[in-house]
Amino acid sequence: MLKKLIPHPLLSLTLTVVWLMLVNKFSLGNLLLGGVLGLLIPVLTAPYWPGRPNVRGPFKMVEYVLIVIWDIIVANVEVALLILFKPNRDLKSAWVTVPLDLRSPEAITVLAGTITMTPGTVSAMLSSCGTSILVHCLHTDDPEAVRDEIKNRYERRLKEIFQ
Amino acid sequence: MIVDVIISICLVVGGIFGIVGSYGLIKLQDTMQRLHAPTKATTLGVGGVLVASMLYFLFKEDTYTFHELLISAFLFLTAPITAHFMAKTHIRMRELRGTLPETQRKHGWSLYDTPPEMLTDPPADEVKSLESR
Amino acid sequence: MITYALMFAFGCFGLGLLANLWRIIRGPGRADRILALDTMVINSIALIILYGIWQGTAVYYEASMLVAMVGFVSTVAYCRFVLRGDIIE
Repeated sequence: MLKKLIPHPLLSLTLTVVWLMLVNKFSLGNLLLGGVLGLLIPVLTAPYWPGRPNVRGPFKMVEYVLIVIWDIIVANVEVALLILFKPNRDLKSAWVTVPLDLRSPEAITVLAGTITMTPGTVSAMLSSCGTSILVHCLHTDDPEAVRDEIKNRYERRLKEIFQ
Repeated sequence: MIVDVIISICLVVGGIFGIVGSYGLIKLQDTMQRLHAPTKATTLGVGGVLVASMLYFLFKEDTYTFHELLISAFLFLTAPITAHFMAKTHIRMRELRGTLPETQRKHGWSLYDTPPEMLTDPPADEVKSLESR
Repeated sequence: MITYALMFAFGCFGLGLLANLWRIIRGPGRADRILALDTMVINSIALIILYGIWQGTAVYYEASMLVAMVGFVSTVAYCRFVLRGDIIE
């Protein structure tokens, strides 16, 4: 019964917080309106999102987010230096296949987003069974190392979060 | 005074990353290479400007807004999705099938292969929406 | 000092917009043009926020948020159109 009324508790909380940030003013009325929206929208959109992602370990999530933010900053500097100071003919771009151990769609989505935002890599496509991801590298001497780094640095942590 | 310096640094860093991202769009040769420039450099460019404006309104105008946080969160969430779509568009347009590496799985890449559970008799629209997930 | 930093940032993003225009005109493929349009949207968001700081009002955040959302949706829609329109079934 409760599961039917609140299909996605985290989504409800996020929606309420986003609503409060949007109106940019904290009052009881706004909190109520945000709460109603947070309860109503997940119920209305539940048919499109049947499964509930199984997330655990809030500290691991915070750790993951901090690592990704740090990597985004490093990635920006690296890519900027590559763009500015590397002649085009020296750039060695490569396609890399990363076979995944993750199975839940949410985890794969997060991983694909992380790959796009971090050092010199863009995730381009999934295999049709969804268990392998195609990554494009801006500049690399060793495609194997890129694949191993993605698997060790991000996928291992995501596997602990999305069990 | 210190706040002034920090705001200025954020603005200058943001501006530099913004122009580098757009310069990369001109300079790089291959479409897939060009995809790297804006998705990375521009998010930090806009991010720097947003941090600067947040600090400015917090310390100079004494008003606080959470909208900057929302805008940057929105940009950080959507940048990978648009990049993914553009990469797929590029692969579709240029028909790069021969140049891509193997999937190392039983099934091929999603643009060229039908997903296994779809093989029976799916409506065409559904296959497409599943493909682009 | 903030004024000069603002002017510098204005210049950077303005030049960025010109670079994107060049890519839209030249761009060999449709993917390049979509990419340039998307970058243009991001650059204009930055310009709107900078203008907000310049004027000292927080009114422009709503505008930039709307531009961000419309830009994202239009990029995705354009890509979807290209992806679907070319499929022969």
